[in-house]
Amino acid sequence: MTLPQTTTAAGVPAPGTPLLEVDDLHVEFRQRSGVVHAVNGVSYELAAGQTLAILGESGSGKSVSAQAIMGILDTPPAVIRGGIRFEGRDLLTMSAEDQRKIRGPGISMIFQDALSSLNPVYSVGWQIGEMFRVHRGASRKEAKRKAVELMDRVRIPAAARRVDDYPHQFSGGMRQRVMIAMAIALDPRILIADEPTTALDVTVQAQVMDLLKDLQRETGMGLILITHDLGVVNEVADDVAVMYAGRIVERGTVDDVFTDAAHPYTDGLMKSVPQVEAKGGRLQPITGQPPNLAAIPGGCPFHPRCSHRRLGAAAAPGRECATDVPPLRLVAPGREAACHYSEEVLGV
Amino acid sequence: MTSPESERDREVAQARAAAAPQPASGEALLEIRGLQKHFPLTQGVVFKRTVGHVRAVDGVDLTLRRGETVGLVGESGCGKSTVSKLLVALEKPTGGSIVYKGTDVAGLSGRALKDYRREVQIIFQDPYASLNPRMTVGDIVAEGWSVHADVAPKKGRLQRTQELLDRVGLNPDYVNRYPHQFSGGQRQRIGIARALALRPEVIVCDEPVSALDVSVQAQVVNLLEDLQDEFGLSYLFIAHDLSVVRHISDRVAVMYLGSIVEEGTDEQVYTTPSHPYTQALLSSVPLHEPHLRGQKDRILLQGDVPSPADPPSGCRFRTRCWKAQDICAQEPPALVDRGQGHPAACHFAEARTVVPVEVVE
Repeated sequence: MTLPQTTTAAGVPAPGTPLLEVDDLHVEFRQRSGVVHAVNGVSYELAAGQTLAILGESGSGKSVSAQAIMGILDTPPAVIRGGIRFEGRDLLTMSAEDQRKIRGPGISMIFQDALSSLNPVYSVGWQIGEMFRVHRGASRKEAKRKAVELMDRVRIPAAARRVDDYPHQFSGGMRQRVMIAMAIALDPRILIADEPTTALDVTVQAQVMDLLKDLQRETGMGLILITHDLGVVNEVADDVAVMYAGRIVERGTVDDVFTDAAHPYTDGLMKSVPQVEAKGGRLQPITGQPPNLAAIPGGCPFHPRCSHRRLGAAAAPGRECATDVPPLRLVAPGREAACHYSEEVLGV
Repeated sequence: MTSPESERDREVAQARAAAAPQPASGEALLEIRGLQKHFPLTQGVVFKRTVGHVRAVDGVDLTLRRGETVGLVGESGCGKSTVSKLLVALEKPTGGSIVYKGTDVAGLSGRALKDYRREVQIIFQDPYASLNPRMTVGDIVAEGWSVHADVAPKKGRLQRTQELLDRVGLNPDYVNRYPHQFSGGQRQRIGIARALALRPEVIVCDEPVSALDVSVQAQVVNLLEDLQDEFGLSYLFIAHDLSVVRHISDRVAVMYLGSIVEEGTDEQVYTTPSHPYTQALLSSVPLHEPHLRGQKDRILLQGDVPSPADPPSGCRFRTRCWKAQDICAQEPPALVDRGQGHPAACHFAEARTVVPVEVVE
């Protein structure tokens, strides 16, 4: 189940050097009931200042691939294969201690549910300051001063007064800001945001996304935005990788992919979502259910739900959707898709 | 799968459809006037004393006509779910009235209340928490009939259950399976079948698609639309997703901190929003079209929603509003048309287009 290495680095801006290279990443979970294939050969690169959106539904492997990069998957039950290179150094072959030294100041992550990600029995100032105490050996006093600075930077009003408050005393949007403050404390080169605004209301979502973009502009960090929200991708990201059943099925700039999808799954997603700009006609849903990761369909994992599929004699040789796995290939300049018949999907 | 039962349903539906030629001009089924729900805040363990009230719903006016879908949008904590609980008589209002077919629901008891509860059903948000894990799908769908025995004669219940499952797009043979054997979208279909089983006239849909994946969301939205056409249902569709609400609703009401700030047809509310809150809300929705990016009139709201236990005087929104004047702190604005063609509860209501209008291809 290995995808051929793609030779082009689609969507990476020319001047940027790759900060992060994910190379044929596989993650599986061995369980009594069988092996769950969560990530099946994902490769991408991220440059400084770039925003890459990973778009997918629940169970597409978008979060698990990020957790593998962050080193927060328990192994076992998870089994990770492939390469994760941060500034050229492969994290997976290092000792846990070395990994921690690199990830701490280099890569950080924020999560969907800020309340359960924060410790309820410590003040937010203590939790933000912990970054400085642990990684920089700062004194308590110094750490607290830094915490106030950071809370100011993520625009929490009256930071000096609120630094000793506890997570439950903050609203959802403010808690997510606290998480962001912790994540950017050590000026990471990469920030991974896993559904950072899914639990928030739209007006608060807009504030938090604005904050993330501003911070990125100030620090030039690379941003990996994991989301299922097409609108957020369109407004925030430069490039997008669409995931389905643990694979990247389409990749390109947001403009290209959103204007004319090259993979039937992406195309189906766009057509099934109502838009605020117009009432629109009847929705065109994707039929069926997302696959069970313990029993992913053979060939193209999307073929049971696909309206473009070609089976048996109708298929071109070597391009039978139920048996031949479509590789992620170049289908147009700067665009890749994992579909045997992308050329037909484009322009539909 | 046709039977006398389902045929009768269809006939009823057709008769209803004939009686309601235009959704907007249909007879008013539900009229909500000045609806209030204040939850007491208490202190003390043994001797509880009331120290205040959370004004979850504080003066909501809304009309639902036969065959129409009214969308109720608002952010978390605005009271929209409390409205849904009041409507299905799971909570008692502390003020105001819900008039159903000309009768005040507050005065109903016994037989009449039972009938009301049959006719006004609800679909809940979380299809994982709202289905009893120890009951089979068949038992869940049929449970309502043990209270409302007259809806389905005892003999044909299994067949009727299977018809309902078939109608909502589930395999009728799954009648003996348990909820955990189904995916989120399928569970929501079970919830819909359960609501349909009692042949309601009104279904309150409380965030019915929020917990579903986008590709499955569209399937459920389409199902709800089909069922509405077939059975002549009226929906109160409560959601925070403005795009879904626009898609499914004939009329839309926007709620903020316990009351409705703007109401109109989907076109009026989305293309000429007149209340500042509606404008801010719409301008926060991310657009899906790359060519529309950056064309939006962005309004970033400052601060958070005030506590409903201690709402601001006058206009609820004034603490975050860029138009606020002295009058806003003194006089709560009424929900009336101030020349925009639809009512908005703002002293300084003014139509402003914030979402770029998409040219329909």
